[in-house]
Amino acid sequence: MKFTEEHEWLRPEDDLIVVGITEHATTQLGDIVFVELPEVGTTVTKDEEVVVIESVKAASDIMSPIDGEIVEVNSALADNPALANEDAIGAGWFFKIKPSDASQMDSYMDEATYNALIS
Amino acid sequence: MSELLQTPLHHLHVALGAKMVPFAGYSMPVQYLMGVMQEHIHTRTKAGLFDVSHMGQVIIKGADYPTAAMALETLIPVDILGLKPDRQRYGFLTNDTGGILDDLMLANRGDHIFMVVNAGCKITDLAHMKAKLSGVQITEITDRALLALQGPSAQAVLSELNPMAANMRFMDVTSLSLAGSECWVSRSGYTGEDGYEISVPTAQAEALAKRLLSHADVEPIGLGARDSLRLEAGLCLYGQDLDDSLNPVEASLTWAIQKVRRTDGARAGGFPGSEIILPALDQGVTRHRVGLKPEGRAPMRHDVPLFQSENGGEQIGIITSGGFGPSIGGPVAMGLVADGLHQPGTVLYGELRGKRLPVTVTSLPFLPANFKR
Repeated sequence: MKFTEEHEWLRPEDDLIVVGITEHATTQLGDIVFVELPEVGTTVTKDEEVVVIESVKAASDIMSPIDGEIVEVNSALADNPALANEDAIGAGWFFKIKPSDASQMDSYMDEATYNALIS
Repeated sequence: MSELLQTPLHHLHVALGAKMVPFAGYSMPVQYLMGVMQEHIHTRTKAGLFDVSHMGQVIIKGADYPTAAMALETLIPVDILGLKPDRQRYGFLTNDTGGILDDLMLANRGDHIFMVVNAGCKITDLAHMKAKLSGVQITEITDRALLALQGPSAQAVLSELNPMAANMRFMDVTSLSLAGSECWVSRSGYTGEDGYEISVPTAQAEALAKRLLSHADVEPIGLGARDSLRLEAGLCLYGQDLDDSLNPVEASLTWAIQKVRRTDGARAGGFPGSEIILPALDQGVTRHRVGLKPEGRAPMRHDVPLFQSENGGEQIGIITSGGFGPSIGGPVAMGLVADGLHQPGTVLYGELRGKRLPVTVTSLPFLPANFKR
């Protein structure tokens, strides 16, 4: 599992990458009340805005950490956006992406490095 | 930017684990450990304690109450002279073009007027009043904190400190001894719930706050929940829903201008912008502040443009404040819309991230108020 400085996590799952945001990020954002997810089939590039999160306080954009095609989104978030607060690195995942260049993962932090960043 | 000011409760906020943010020149708690959503719900179900010490507390004193009231009526288009002793009412300072300089609460305290104004406007309000009024003393009270205790348990909680609190009705104002301090208490607030605002000497503020927080029903509540609570209650936030380019009729605040100050009233006009505001009252305006309920779950916030149709057409309005309403369980907003499109039930479209999503004009408040009338 890898982490970005933008507080996203990336977890390989077969030939796909599951993406979400960390518990540190959801704690900072506060109670999440709305998540707008990309459409399945969309091709995205690294650093392109793909998800909008609305917390009680404000709206935040989430960028795609890698290039690829969105192959699945977590539709459970539509009815229950609080999942992102309750289980940020599990049931609160955002989307699954089919990477066009999996080596883009390599530049991101491992868990220990990320934990040091936020501590 | 100069250093942030701190309220007398700063150390308590930090000790309670508040997340502090800059607001109107002060370091203020935006939320505590509970988080905005739970703090909001707690206030609606039990009681919340808010530090609103950043707001301006002002005393206006003349030879007697009528002298002070008549002076202030030259700046504020409400009936101040007719306000009974120990009663409070809502008002606003207007400018020469009929716009609102600030909205405020003012109380008849027998021999003087006590006023509470917005933190972000207090310096300009004081300068404006001092420049325009003669024959009265205008004094900012800087040695008192201001607390708000809001929610259905507020009466029971405050009555434990002084049983007289239970006798007050909505918009009553009185002096009460609370935990050994002489406090100026009004039965009012900014949440749509029953509750009190309490002006307490700075030296005793923390002790009083701790005493109130020691009650099982009371939790500290930050500015985040204060904003969602007032939004559901349909109450304006100065700087967002109100500003110096919007007149009180456009702002749907005509209820605050009593008949005596309107055309044909005994003390009609005589305030800045009256030649714009009185005709607006009589003849109508081109835009109105309304409640807006976005469909779906996406909140629509300040500055989202509004349109009459899903595609094309000119912009016909704008969201002035909006967000998620925890008690409504969905997004809520207020905005300005063109005359004719302001009737409840009218469906408009807010443009959010390039997409137009339906919003319905809704009567305010979103939740019925729980005042003790």
